[in-house]
Amino acid sequence: MTETFYDVMRRQGITRRSFLKYCSLTAASLGLGPSFAPQIANAMETKPRIPVLWLHGLECTCCSESFIRSAHPLAKDVILSMISLDYDDTIMAAAGQQAEAIIEETIQKYDGNFILACEGNPPLNQEGMSCIIAGKPYLEQLKHAANHCKAIISWGSCASWGCVQAARPNPTQATPIHKVPGLAAKPIIKVPGCPPIAEVMTAVITYIITFDKFPELDRQGRPKMFYSQRIHDKCYRRPHFDAGQFVESFDDEGARKGYCLYKVGCKGPTTYNACSTVRWNGGLSFPIQAGHPCIGCSEDGFWDKGAFYDRLTDIHGFGVEANADEIGGGAAMVVGAAAAAHAAVSAVKRARTKGGKE
Amino acid sequence: MSTDTVHTPHREEAVYVYQAPVRLWHWINAFAILTLAVTGYLIGSPPPAVPGEASDSFLFGWIRYLHFSAAYILIVGILFRIYWAFVGNAHARQIFLPPVWKRSFWSGLLHEAKWYAMVVKEPMKYAGHNPLATLSMHILFVWGIIFMIVTGLALYGEGAGMGSWQHTMFTSWVVPLFGQSQDVHTWHHLGMWVIICFAIIHIYAAIREDIMSRQSIISSMFSGWRTFRDDTPPDDSGH
Repeated sequence: MTETFYDVMRRQGITRRSFLKYCSLTAASLGLGPSFAPQIANAMETKPRIPVLWLHGLECTCCSESFIRSAHPLAKDVILSMISLDYDDTIMAAAGQQAEAIIEETIQKYDGNFILACEGNPPLNQEGMSCIIAGKPYLEQLKHAANHCKAIISWGSCASWGCVQAARPNPTQATPIHKVPGLAAKPIIKVPGCPPIAEVMTAVITYIITFDKFPELDRQGRPKMFYSQRIHDKCYRRPHFDAGQFVESFDDEGARKGYCLYKVGCKGPTTYNACSTVRWNGGLSFPIQAGHPCIGCSEDGFWDKGAFYDRLTDIHGFGVEANADEIGGGAAMVVGAAAAAHAAVSAVKRARTKGGKE
Repeated sequence: MSTDTVHTPHREEAVYVYQAPVRLWHWINAFAILTLAVTGYLIGSPPPAVPGEASDSFLFGWIRYLHFSAAYILIVGILFRIYWAFVGNAHARQIFLPPVWKRSFWSGLLHEAKWYAMVVKEPMKYAGHNPLATLSMHILFVWGIIFMIVTGLALYGEGAGMGSWQHTMFTSWVVPLFGQSQDVHTWHHLGMWVIICFAIIHIYAAIREDIMSRQSIISSMFSGWRTFRDDTPPDDSGH
Protein backbone atom coordinates (compact mmCIF):
# COMPACT_ATOMS: atom_id res chain seq x y z
CA MET A 1 0.00 0.00 0.00
CA THR A 2 1.23 3.48 -0.89
CA GLU A 3 1.96 5.91 1.89
CA THR A 4 -0.26 8.87 2.57
CA PHE A 5 1.09 12.42 2.34
CA TYR A 6 0.99 12.66 6.09
CA ASP A 7 3.05 9.51 6.55
CA VAL A 8 5.67 10.88 4.25
CA MET A 9 5.72 14.24 5.99
CA ARG A 10 6.13 12.64 9.40
CA ARG A 11 8.87 10.44 8.04
CA GLN A 12 10.56 13.60 6.79
CA GLY A 13 10.63 14.84 10.37
CA ILE A 14 7.82 17.35 10.05
CA THR A 15 5.84 17.84 13.25
CA ARG A 16 2.07 17.64 13.29
CA ARG A 17 2.05 21.27 14.32
CA SER A 18 3.98 22.28 11.20
CA PHE A 19 1.79 20.03 9.13
CA LEU A 20 -1.38 21.79 10.29
CA LYS A 21 0.24 25.17 9.69
CA TYR A 22 0.99 24.06 6.19
CA CYS A 23 -2.63 23.02 5.69
CA SER A 24 -3.89 26.43 6.80
CA LEU A 25 -1.35 28.19 4.64
CA THR A 26 -2.36 26.12 1.64
CA ALA A 27 -6.04 26.81 2.25
CA ALA A 28 -5.24 30.52 2.36
CA SER A 29 -3.14 30.47 -0.78
CA LEU A 30 -5.89 28.64 -2.64
CA GLY A 31 -8.30 31.34 -1.60
CA LEU A 32 -10.33 28.95 0.55
CA GLY A 33 -11.90 29.70 3.90
CA PRO A 34 -10.27 28.61 7.17
CA SER A 35 -12.79 25.76 7.37
CA PHE A 36 -11.00 24.08 4.50
CA ALA A 37 -7.77 23.64 6.47
CA PRO A 38 -9.05 20.52 8.32
CA GLN A 39 -10.36 19.17 5.01
CA ILE A 40 -6.92 19.53 3.50
CA ALA A 41 -5.36 17.93 6.58
CA ASN A 42 -7.81 15.06 6.35
CA ALA A 43 -7.06 14.50 2.69
CA MET A 44 -3.36 14.52 3.36
CA GLU A 45 -3.75 12.00 6.15
CA THR A 46 -5.90 9.54 4.25
CA LYS A 47 -5.16 9.80 0.56
CA PRO A 48 -2.36 7.87 -1.05
CA ARG A 49 0.37 9.90 -2.65
CA ILE A 50 -0.19 10.60 -6.29
CA PRO A 51 2.80 9.67 -8.39
CA VAL A 52 3.94 12.36 -10.77
CA LEU A 53 5.97 11.94 -13.92
CA TRP A 54 7.59 15.24 -14.75
CA LEU A 55 8.69 15.11 -18.38
CA HIS A 56 10.86 17.69 -20.12
CA GLY A 57 10.49 18.56 -23.79
CA LEU A 58 11.77 21.68 -25.49
CA GLU A 59 12.17 24.01 -22.54
CA CYS A 60 14.68 26.06 -20.57
CA THR A 61 14.00 24.50 -17.13
CA CYS A 62 12.80 27.83 -15.76
CA CYS A 63 9.61 26.09 -14.59
CA SER A 64 11.65 23.66 -12.49
CA GLU A 65 13.84 26.50 -11.26
CA SER A 66 10.76 28.43 -10.22
CA PHE A 67 9.10 25.39 -8.65
CA ILE A 68 12.00 24.54 -6.34
CA ARG A 69 12.01 28.15 -5.12
CA SER A 70 8.47 27.98 -3.77
CA ALA A 71 8.80 30.26 -0.79
CA HIS A 72 6.69 28.68 1.86
CA PRO A 73 9.25 26.25 3.28
CA LEU A 74 6.82 23.43 3.70
CA ALA A 75 5.58 23.80 0.20
CA LYS A 76 9.12 23.49 -1.03
CA ASP A 77 10.29 20.68 1.21
CA VAL A 78 7.13 18.73 1.37
CA ILE A 79 5.52 18.90 -2.01
CA LEU A 80 8.66 17.57 -3.57
CA SER A 81 8.46 14.58 -1.24
CA MET A 82 4.76 14.16 -0.91
CA ILE A 83 3.79 14.01 -4.54
CA SER A 84 6.12 11.11 -5.07
CA LEU A 85 7.89 12.78 -7.91
CA ASP A 86 8.91 9.55 -9.55
CA TYR A 87 10.66 11.04 -12.51
CA ASP A 88 12.12 14.47 -13.14
CA ASP A 89 15.40 14.22 -15.00
CA THR A 90 16.55 17.63 -13.80
CA ILE A 91 16.40 16.98 -10.09
CA MET A 92 16.40 13.21 -9.72
CA ALA A 93 19.39 11.29 -8.44
CA ALA A 94 19.16 8.45 -10.93
CA ALA A 95 20.50 8.88 -14.44
CA GLY A 96 20.66 7.02 -17.73
CA GLN A 97 19.04 3.60 -17.98
CA GLN A 98 17.99 3.64 -14.35
CA ALA A 99 16.16 6.89 -14.72
CA GLU A 100 14.35 5.85 -17.87
CA ALA A 101 13.37 2.54 -16.29
CA ILE A 102 11.42 4.46 -13.66
CA ILE A 103 9.06 5.85 -16.28
CA GLU A 104 8.05 2.36 -17.39
CA GLU A 105 7.79 1.19 -13.81
CA THR A 106 5.47 4.03 -12.84
CA ILE A 107 3.34 3.58 -15.94
CA GLN A 108 2.87 -0.12 -15.18
CA LYS A 109 2.39 0.21 -11.47
CA TYR A 110 0.02 3.19 -11.53
CA ASP A 111 -1.62 2.79 -14.92
CA GLY A 112 -4.31 5.44 -15.29
CA ASN A 113 -3.53 6.82 -11.87
CA PHE A 114 -0.55 9.13 -12.12
CA ILE A 115 -0.22 12.75 -13.10
CA LEU A 116 1.79 13.69 -16.13
CA ALA A 117 3.47 17.05 -15.59
CA CYS A 118 4.81 18.44 -18.85
CA GLU A 119 7.50 21.05 -18.88
CA GLY A 120 8.23 22.16 -22.41
CA ASN A 121 6.66 20.90 -25.59
CA PRO A 122 7.41 18.47 -28.42
CA PRO A 123 8.60 19.56 -31.87
CA LEU A 124 6.67 17.85 -34.66
CA ASN A 125 8.89 18.57 -37.67
CA GLN A 126 11.55 16.09 -38.77
CA GLU A 127 9.57 13.40 -36.93
CA GLY A 128 10.36 15.04 -33.62
CA MET A 129 14.13 14.81 -34.08
CA SER A 130 14.69 18.25 -32.58
CA CYS A 131 14.12 16.89 -29.10
CA ILE A 132 15.58 13.52 -28.26
CA ILE A 133 15.22 12.00 -24.79
CA ALA A 134 17.08 8.76 -24.10
CA GLY A 135 17.62 8.14 -27.78
CA LYS A 136 14.00 8.56 -28.79
CA PRO A 137 11.96 11.60 -29.83
CA TYR A 138 10.30 13.29 -26.87
CA LEU A 139 7.06 13.11 -28.84
CA GLU A 140 7.00 9.32 -28.40
CA GLN A 141 7.74 9.50 -24.70
CA LEU A 142 5.02 12.09 -24.23
CA LYS A 143 2.38 10.14 -26.17
CA HIS A 144 3.24 6.93 -24.35
CA ALA A 145 2.99 8.53 -20.91
CA ALA A 146 -0.19 10.41 -21.88
CA ASN A 147 -1.85 7.14 -22.87
CA HIS A 148 -1.54 5.88 -19.31
CA CYS A 149 -1.83 9.00 -17.15
CA LYS A 150 -4.82 10.29 -15.26
CA ALA A 151 -4.42 13.96 -16.09
CA ILE A 152 -1.89 16.34 -17.57
CA ILE A 153 -0.43 19.51 -16.13
CA SER A 154 0.99 21.86 -18.78
CA TRP A 155 3.69 23.71 -16.89
CA GLY A 156 4.64 27.11 -18.19
CA SER A 157 4.11 28.92 -21.46
CA CYS A 158 5.98 26.22 -23.45
CA ALA A 159 3.56 23.45 -22.62
CA SER A 160 0.57 25.80 -22.52
CA TRP A 161 1.09 27.95 -25.61
CA GLY A 162 4.38 27.09 -27.30
CA CYS A 163 6.53 29.99 -26.05
CA VAL A 164 9.83 31.01 -27.66
CA GLN A 165 10.53 27.79 -29.55
CA ALA A 166 7.11 28.13 -31.19
CA ALA A 167 7.68 31.80 -32.09
CA ARG A 168 7.62 32.45 -35.78
CA PRO A 169 8.76 30.96 -37.99
CA ASN A 170 8.80 28.01 -35.58
CA PRO A 171 11.25 25.89 -37.63
CA THR A 172 10.85 22.76 -35.51
CA GLN A 173 7.07 23.15 -35.29
CA ALA A 174 7.15 23.12 -31.52
CA THR A 175 3.56 22.45 -30.43
CA PRO A 176 1.84 23.03 -27.08
CA ILE A 177 0.62 19.90 -25.32
CA HIS A 178 -3.11 20.39 -25.98
CA LYS A 179 -2.46 20.71 -29.72
CA VAL A 180 -0.26 17.63 -30.16
CA PRO A 181 -2.01 15.44 -32.71
CA GLY A 182 -2.76 11.92 -31.57
CA LEU A 183 -2.32 12.67 -27.89
CA ALA A 184 -4.68 10.72 -25.64
CA ALA A 185 -7.68 12.82 -24.64
CA LYS A 186 -6.85 13.45 -20.98
CA PRO A 187 -7.89 16.48 -18.93
CA ILE A 188 -5.25 19.22 -19.24
CA ILE A 189 -4.66 22.08 -16.86
CA LYS A 190 -2.54 24.95 -18.15
CA VAL A 191 -0.30 26.83 -15.76
CA PRO A 192 1.22 29.41 -18.12
CA GLY A 193 4.03 31.82 -17.37
CA CYS A 194 7.68 31.94 -18.26
CA PRO A 195 8.09 30.57 -15.66
CA PRO A 196 4.84 30.26 -13.67
CA ILE A 197 4.94 31.64 -10.14
CA ALA A 198 6.32 29.02 -7.73
CA GLU A 199 3.44 29.32 -5.27
CA VAL A 200 0.95 29.01 -8.11
CA MET A 201 2.59 25.75 -9.19
CA THR A 202 2.62 24.25 -5.72
CA ALA A 203 -0.92 25.45 -5.01
CA VAL A 204 -2.23 23.83 -8.18
CA ILE A 205 -0.61 20.53 -7.23
CA THR A 206 -1.91 20.75 -3.69
CA TYR A 207 -5.41 21.43 -4.91
CA ILE A 208 -5.33 18.46 -7.24
CA ILE A 209 -4.13 16.00 -4.60
CA THR A 210 -6.39 17.42 -1.89
CA PHE A 211 -9.65 17.48 -3.77
CA ASP A 212 -8.80 14.80 -6.30
CA LYS A 213 -9.84 17.07 -9.15
CA PHE A 214 -8.69 20.14 -11.03
CA PRO A 215 -9.51 23.54 -9.64
CA GLU A 216 -12.11 25.46 -11.65
CA LEU A 217 -10.68 26.32 -15.05
CA ASP A 218 -11.42 29.16 -17.42
CA ARG A 219 -12.23 28.65 -21.10
CA GLN A 220 -8.58 28.46 -21.98
CA GLY A 221 -7.91 25.78 -19.38
CA ARG A 222 -6.17 27.91 -16.75
CA PRO A 223 -7.07 27.74 -13.05
CA LYS A 224 -9.41 30.65 -12.39
CA MET A 225 -8.03 31.25 -8.91
CA PHE A 226 -4.75 32.54 -10.34
CA TYR A 227 -5.56 33.58 -13.89
CA SER A 228 -8.93 35.30 -13.69
CA GLN A 229 -7.53 38.80 -13.28
CA ARG A 230 -5.00 40.84 -15.14
CA ILE A 231 -1.75 42.10 -13.64
CA HIS A 232 -3.24 45.56 -14.26
CA ASP A 233 -6.32 44.92 -12.11
CA LYS A 234 -4.28 44.59 -8.94
CA CYS A 235 -1.18 46.59 -9.88
CA TYR A 236 0.06 48.86 -7.12
CA ARG A 237 0.96 51.46 -9.79
CA ARG A 238 -2.64 51.61 -10.99
CA PRO A 239 -3.29 55.03 -9.36
CA HIS A 240 -0.59 56.49 -11.62
CA PHE A 241 -2.33 54.96 -14.61
CA ASP A 242 -5.65 56.53 -13.70
CA ALA A 243 -3.98 59.85 -12.96
CA GLY A 244 -2.26 59.84 -16.34
CA GLN A 245 1.24 59.64 -14.88
CA PHE A 246 3.41 57.58 -17.17
CA VAL A 247 7.06 56.69 -17.50
CA GLU A 248 8.08 58.10 -20.90
CA SER A 249 11.59 56.62 -20.91
CA PHE A 250 13.51 54.50 -18.45
CA ASP A 251 15.75 57.31 -17.23
CA ASP A 252 13.17 60.02 -16.69
CA GLU A 253 11.71 61.56 -13.56
CA GLY A 254 8.57 59.43 -13.86
CA ALA A 255 10.63 56.23 -13.80
CA ARG A 256 12.33 57.38 -10.58
CA LYS A 257 8.97 58.24 -9.07
CA GLY A 258 7.53 54.85 -9.92
CA TYR A 259 4.91 56.03 -12.44
CA CYS A 260 2.86 53.65 -14.58
CA LEU A 261 4.85 51.75 -17.22
CA TYR A 262 1.99 51.65 -19.76
CA LYS A 263 3.72 53.87 -22.32
CA VAL A 264 6.95 51.88 -22.23
CA GLY A 265 5.04 48.79 -23.28
CA CYS A 266 3.69 47.27 -20.07
CA LYS A 267 1.46 44.31 -20.95
CA GLY A 268 -0.15 44.31 -17.51
CA PRO A 269 -3.52 45.37 -18.97
CA THR A 270 -3.60 42.33 -21.26
CA THR A 271 -1.93 39.70 -19.11
CA TYR A 272 -3.78 37.25 -16.91
CA ASN A 273 -1.58 36.18 -14.02
CA ALA A 274 -1.16 36.59 -10.28
CA CYS A 275 2.18 38.47 -10.23
CA SER A 276 0.74 41.66 -8.78
CA THR A 277 -0.84 39.79 -5.87
CA VAL A 278 1.26 36.70 -5.15
CA ARG A 279 4.48 38.32 -6.43
CA TRP A 280 7.80 36.52 -6.74
CA ASN A 281 10.58 35.20 -4.53
CA GLY A 282 8.46 34.85 -1.46
CA GLY A 283 6.38 37.92 -2.15
CA LEU A 284 9.46 40.11 -2.42
CA SER A 285 8.80 41.81 -5.73
CA PHE A 286 7.59 41.40 -9.31
CA PRO A 287 8.77 42.95 -12.58
CA ILE A 288 6.66 46.12 -12.39
CA GLN A 289 7.76 46.71 -8.81
CA ALA A 290 11.34 46.48 -10.05
CA GLY A 291 10.58 49.18 -12.63
CA HIS A 292 10.25 47.00 -15.69
CA PRO A 293 7.08 46.68 -17.76
CA CYS A 294 5.30 43.34 -17.77
CA ILE A 295 6.16 41.48 -20.98
CA GLY A 296 3.02 39.33 -20.84
CA CYS A 297 4.92 36.04 -20.54
CA SER A 298 1.85 34.05 -19.54
CA GLU A 299 -0.10 35.06 -22.65
CA ASP A 300 -0.38 33.05 -25.84
CA GLY A 301 2.22 34.00 -28.46
CA PHE A 302 3.78 36.84 -26.47
CA TRP A 303 7.03 36.53 -28.45
CA ASP A 304 5.29 37.41 -31.68
CA LYS A 305 3.64 40.65 -30.64
CA GLY A 306 6.50 42.97 -31.51
CA ALA A 307 8.82 44.76 -29.11
CA PHE A 308 8.29 44.34 -25.38
CA TYR A 309 8.58 48.12 -25.02
CA ASP A 310 5.85 49.18 -27.45
CA ARG A 311 2.32 49.88 -26.29
CA LEU A 312 0.79 49.22 -29.70
CA THR A 313 1.90 45.83 -30.89
CA ASP A 314 2.51 44.56 -34.36
CA ILE A 315 0.06 42.99 -36.73
CA HIS A 316 1.61 40.44 -39.04
CA GLY A 317 0.29 39.82 -42.50
CA PHE A 318 0.86 40.64 -46.14
CA GLY A 319 4.58 40.55 -45.40
CA VAL A 320 4.52 43.70 -43.31
CA GLU A 321 4.96 44.31 -39.63
CA ALA A 322 3.19 47.41 -38.43
CA ASN A 323 1.01 48.44 -35.53
CA ALA A 324 -2.65 49.42 -35.77
CA ASP A 325 -1.88 53.14 -36.02
CA GLU A 326 0.63 52.67 -38.80
CA ILE A 327 -1.75 50.48 -40.82
CA GLY A 328 -4.95 52.38 -40.00
CA GLY A 329 -3.37 55.82 -40.19
CA GLY A 330 -1.85 54.86 -43.53
CA ALA A 331 -5.21 53.67 -44.81
CA ALA A 332 -6.91 56.86 -43.62
CA MET A 333 -4.24 58.96 -45.37
CA VAL A 334 -4.78 57.04 -48.60
CA VAL A 335 -8.56 57.40 -48.34
CA GLY A 336 -8.25 61.10 -47.47
CA ALA A 337 -5.83 61.75 -50.33
CA ALA A 338 -8.07 59.82 -52.72
CA ALA A 339 -11.08 61.86 -51.63
CA ALA A 340 -9.14 65.11 -52.10
CA ALA A 341 -7.88 64.06 -55.52
CA HIS A 342 -11.36 62.91 -56.50
CA ALA A 343 -12.79 66.23 -55.35
CA ALA A 344 -10.23 68.13 -57.41
CA VAL A 345 -10.95 66.11 -60.55
CA SER A 346 -14.70 66.47 -59.95
CA ALA A 347 -14.35 70.24 -59.63
CA VAL A 348 -12.32 70.50 -62.81
CA LYS A 349 -14.82 68.34 -64.73
CA ARG A 350 -17.74 70.31 -63.43
CA ALA A 351 -16.11 73.61 -64.32
CA ARG A 352 -15.39 72.31 -67.78
CA THR A 353 -18.93 71.05 -68.48
CA LYS A 354 -20.44 74.25 -67.10
CA GLY A 355 -18.04 76.25 -69.22
CA GLY A 356 -19.16 74.24 -72.23
CA LYS A 357 -22.82 75.03 -71.54
CA GLU A 358 -22.35 78.75 -71.43
CA MET B 1 -40.75 80.53 -81.26
CA SER B 2 -38.96 77.21 -80.76
CA THR B 3 -40.03 75.08 -77.83
CA ASP B 4 -36.57 74.50 -76.40
CA THR B 5 -36.26 78.10 -75.26
CA VAL B 6 -39.44 77.82 -73.22
CA HIS B 7 -38.57 77.40 -69.60
CA THR B 8 -40.81 74.81 -67.98
CA PRO B 9 -41.00 75.50 -64.28
CA HIS B 10 -39.23 72.78 -62.25
CA ARG B 11 -41.72 70.97 -60.07
CA GLU B 12 -40.10 70.47 -56.68
CA GLU B 13 -41.34 67.13 -55.42
CA ALA B 14 -39.91 66.20 -52.07
CA VAL B 15 -39.92 62.78 -50.42
CA TYR B 16 -39.85 62.31 -46.65
CA VAL B 17 -36.93 59.90 -46.19
CA TYR B 18 -35.29 60.28 -42.78
CA GLN B 19 -37.78 60.20 -39.94
CA ALA B 20 -37.03 62.32 -36.88
CA PRO B 21 -35.66 59.42 -34.73
CA VAL B 22 -33.29 58.42 -37.51
CA ARG B 23 -31.98 61.96 -37.85
CA LEU B 24 -31.56 62.34 -34.11
CA TRP B 25 -29.78 58.98 -33.95
CA HIS B 26 -27.52 59.96 -36.85
CA TRP B 27 -26.16 63.03 -35.08
CA ILE B 28 -25.90 61.45 -31.64
CA ASN B 29 -24.12 58.53 -33.22
CA ALA B 30 -21.77 60.87 -35.12
CA PHE B 31 -20.76 62.71 -31.95
CA ALA B 32 -20.37 59.43 -30.05
CA ILE B 33 -18.04 58.15 -32.76
CA LEU B 34 -16.03 61.37 -32.72
CA THR B 35 -15.64 61.12 -28.94
CA LEU B 36 -14.81 57.43 -29.12
CA ALA B 37 -12.18 57.93 -31.82
CA VAL B 38 -10.42 60.78 -30.01
CA THR B 39 -10.47 59.14 -26.56
CA GLY B 40 -9.71 55.74 -28.05
CA TYR B 41 -6.65 57.10 -29.80
CA LEU B 42 -5.51 58.66 -26.53
CA ILE B 43 -6.01 55.38 -24.69
CA GLY B 44 -3.62 53.78 -27.18
CA SER B 45 -1.18 56.71 -27.11
CA PRO B 46 -1.67 58.59 -23.85
CA PRO B 47 -0.89 62.32 -23.49
CA PRO B 48 2.33 63.36 -21.68
CA ALA B 49 2.55 62.55 -18.00
CA VAL B 50 0.74 64.75 -15.50
CA PRO B 51 3.03 66.06 -12.73
CA GLY B 52 2.17 66.07 -9.04
CA GLU B 53 0.51 63.63 -6.71
CA ALA B 54 -1.41 60.77 -8.28
CA SER B 55 -4.35 61.54 -6.02
CA ASP B 56 -4.64 65.07 -7.46
CA SER B 57 -5.29 63.93 -10.97
CA PHE B 58 -7.62 61.58 -12.79
CA LEU B 59 -6.80 62.53 -16.37
CA PHE B 60 -6.47 59.06 -17.85
CA GLY B 61 -9.38 57.92 -15.76
CA TRP B 62 -11.52 60.66 -17.32
CA ILE B 63 -10.36 59.79 -20.83
CA ARG B 64 -11.38 56.20 -20.26
CA TYR B 65 -14.62 57.26 -18.57
CA LEU B 66 -15.52 59.40 -21.59
CA HIS B 67 -14.70 56.52 -23.89
CA PHE B 68 -16.91 54.11 -21.97
CA SER B 69 -19.79 56.61 -21.64
CA ALA B 70 -19.73 57.46 -25.34
CA ALA B 71 -19.57 53.73 -26.06
CA TYR B 72 -22.72 53.04 -24.07
CA ILE B 73 -24.51 55.94 -25.76
CA LEU B 74 -23.47 54.50 -29.11
CA ILE B 75 -24.60 50.98 -28.14
CA VAL B 76 -27.99 52.14 -26.93
CA GLY B 77 -28.29 54.22 -30.11
CA ILE B 78 -27.47 51.26 -32.34
CA LEU B 79 -29.95 49.05 -30.50
CA PHE B 80 -32.59 51.72 -30.95
CA ARG B 81 -31.65 52.11 -34.61
CA ILE B 82 -32.06 48.36 -35.18
CA TYR B 83 -35.45 48.53 -33.47
CA TRP B 84 -36.36 51.46 -35.71
CA ALA B 85 -35.42 49.40 -38.76
CA PHE B 86 -38.40 47.22 -37.89
CA VAL B 87 -40.94 49.90 -37.00
CA GLY B 88 -39.75 52.83 -39.13
CA ASN B 89 -40.36 53.50 -42.79
CA ALA B 90 -38.84 51.48 -45.62
CA HIS B 91 -35.80 53.75 -45.79
CA ALA B 92 -34.99 52.95 -42.15
CA ARG B 93 -34.01 49.36 -43.00
CA GLN B 94 -32.05 50.12 -46.15
CA ILE B 95 -28.55 50.04 -44.64
CA PHE B 96 -29.31 46.82 -42.73
CA LEU B 97 -30.63 44.91 -45.72
CA PRO B 98 -28.97 45.80 -49.02
CA PRO B 99 -31.14 44.14 -51.70
CA VAL B 100 -28.29 42.05 -53.08
CA TRP B 101 -30.78 39.63 -54.61
CA LYS B 102 -32.06 42.30 -57.03
CA ARG B 103 -30.46 42.75 -60.43
CA SER B 104 -31.32 46.44 -60.36
CA PHE B 105 -29.20 46.81 -57.20
CA TRP B 106 -26.09 45.54 -58.95
CA SER B 107 -26.69 47.47 -62.17
CA GLY B 108 -27.30 50.57 -60.05
CA LEU B 109 -24.08 49.84 -58.15
CA LEU B 110 -22.18 49.61 -61.44
CA HIS B 111 -23.71 52.83 -62.65
CA GLU B 112 -22.83 54.60 -59.41
CA ALA B 113 -19.26 53.28 -59.61
CA LYS B 114 -19.05 54.65 -63.17
CA TRP B 115 -20.41 57.97 -61.93
CA TYR B 116 -17.62 58.12 -59.36
CA ALA B 117 -15.09 57.04 -61.96
CA MET B 118 -16.46 59.97 -64.02
CA VAL B 119 -17.28 57.67 -66.91
CA VAL B 120 -20.98 58.50 -67.01
CA LYS B 121 -22.21 62.09 -67.10
CA GLU B 122 -25.13 61.76 -64.78
CA PRO B 123 -25.86 59.71 -61.66
CA MET B 124 -29.12 57.91 -61.17
CA LYS B 125 -31.67 59.45 -58.94
CA TYR B 126 -32.52 58.00 -55.56
CA ALA B 127 -34.94 58.91 -52.81
CA GLY B 128 -33.03 56.63 -50.41
CA HIS B 129 -29.35 55.70 -50.54
CA ASN B 130 -27.78 54.82 -53.86
CA PRO B 131 -26.58 51.17 -54.09
CA LEU B 132 -22.93 52.09 -53.57
CA ALA B 133 -23.78 54.05 -50.43
CA THR B 134 -26.03 51.24 -49.19
CA LEU B 135 -23.32 48.66 -49.60
CA SER B 136 -20.51 50.71 -48.06
CA MET B 137 -22.71 51.67 -45.11
CA HIS B 138 -23.76 48.08 -44.65
CA ILE B 139 -20.25 46.63 -44.74
CA LEU B 140 -18.07 49.37 -43.25
CA PHE B 141 -20.52 50.99 -40.88
CA VAL B 142 -23.06 48.37 -39.76
CA TRP B 143 -20.64 45.46 -39.52
CA GLY B 144 -17.78 47.75 -38.51
CA ILE B 145 -19.74 49.14 -35.59
CA ILE B 146 -20.98 45.68 -34.56
CA PHE B 147 -17.36 44.50 -34.54
CA MET B 148 -16.38 47.50 -32.41
CA ILE B 149 -19.25 46.92 -29.98
CA VAL B 150 -18.45 43.23 -29.53
CA THR B 151 -14.69 43.71 -29.12
CA GLY B 152 -15.24 46.85 -27.04
CA LEU B 153 -17.56 45.11 -24.59
CA ALA B 154 -15.11 42.20 -24.43
CA LEU B 155 -12.32 44.60 -23.41
CA TYR B 156 -14.60 46.37 -20.96
CA GLY B 157 -15.51 43.00 -19.43
CA GLU B 158 -11.83 42.40 -18.65
CA GLY B 159 -11.90 45.30 -16.23
CA ALA B 160 -15.43 44.60 -15.01
CA GLY B 161 -14.21 41.12 -14.12
CA MET B 162 -15.54 37.59 -14.16
CA GLY B 163 -19.21 37.41 -13.32
CA SER B 164 -20.06 40.75 -14.94
CA TRP B 165 -22.48 40.49 -17.87
CA GLN B 166 -19.90 42.01 -20.17
CA HIS B 167 -17.43 39.29 -19.22
CA THR B 168 -19.96 36.49 -19.41
CA MET B 169 -21.51 37.57 -22.70
CA PHE B 170 -18.44 38.89 -24.50
CA THR B 171 -15.00 38.54 -22.87
CA SER B 172 -15.41 34.83 -22.18
CA TRP B 173 -15.58 33.93 -25.88
CA VAL B 174 -14.07 36.92 -27.71
CA VAL B 175 -10.63 36.76 -26.06
CA PRO B 176 -10.14 33.02 -26.72
CA LEU B 177 -11.39 33.59 -30.29
CA PHE B 178 -8.67 36.16 -30.97
CA GLY B 179 -6.07 34.21 -28.99
CA GLN B 180 -5.32 36.75 -26.32
CA SER B 181 -6.31 40.11 -24.93
CA GLN B 182 -3.57 42.07 -26.68
CA ASP B 183 -4.87 40.92 -30.07
CA VAL B 184 -8.38 42.05 -29.20
CA HIS B 185 -6.94 45.48 -28.32
CA THR B 186 -5.05 45.61 -31.61
CA TRP B 187 -8.07 44.66 -33.72
CA HIS B 188 -10.33 47.03 -31.82
CA HIS B 189 -7.79 49.75 -32.57
CA LEU B 190 -7.70 48.77 -36.24
CA GLY B 191 -11.50 48.85 -36.27
CA MET B 192 -11.32 52.51 -35.26
CA TRP B 193 -9.38 53.27 -38.42
CA VAL B 194 -11.95 51.41 -40.52
CA ILE B 195 -14.66 53.62 -39.03
CA ILE B 196 -12.48 56.72 -39.62
CA CYS B 197 -11.96 55.70 -43.26
CA PHE B 198 -15.71 55.21 -43.56
CA ALA B 199 -16.32 58.66 -42.05
CA ILE B 200 -13.95 60.31 -44.53
CA ILE B 201 -15.67 58.61 -47.48
CA HIS B 202 -19.11 59.26 -46.01
CA ILE B 203 -18.56 62.98 -45.47
CA TYR B 204 -16.79 63.51 -48.78
CA ALA B 205 -19.46 61.62 -50.72
CA ALA B 206 -22.25 63.48 -48.94
CA ILE B 207 -20.74 66.87 -49.81
CA ARG B 208 -19.98 65.87 -53.39
CA GLU B 209 -23.40 64.36 -53.98
CA ASP B 210 -25.02 67.39 -52.45
CA ILE B 211 -23.26 69.59 -55.00
CA MET B 212 -23.19 67.38 -58.05
CA SER B 213 -26.00 64.83 -57.92
CA ARG B 214 -29.69 65.20 -58.63
CA GLN B 215 -30.93 65.10 -55.06
CA SER B 216 -30.34 66.85 -51.75
CA ILE B 217 -28.12 65.04 -49.25
CA ILE B 218 -26.84 67.04 -46.31
CA SER B 219 -29.95 69.14 -45.69
CA SER B 220 -32.00 65.92 -45.80
CA MET B 221 -30.26 64.69 -42.65
CA PHE B 222 -31.49 67.84 -40.91
CA SER B 223 -34.97 68.20 -42.40
CA GLY B 224 -35.74 64.61 -43.31
CA TRP B 225 -36.96 65.65 -46.77
CA ARG B 226 -35.20 64.65 -49.95
CA THR B 227 -35.61 67.26 -52.66
CA PHE B 228 -34.78 66.80 -56.32
CA ARG B 229 -33.36 69.03 -58.98
CA ASP B 230 -35.33 67.61 -61.92
CA ASP B 231 -38.70 66.10 -62.59
CA THR B 232 -37.91 62.55 -63.65
CA PRO B 233 -39.10 60.05 -61.04
CA PRO B 234 -36.45 58.57 -58.72
CA ASP B 235 -34.89 55.33 -59.92
CA ASP B 236 -35.79 53.63 -56.66
CA SER B 237 -39.42 54.80 -56.64
CA GLY B 238 -40.54 51.20 -56.80
CA HIS B 239 -38.54 50.55 -53.65
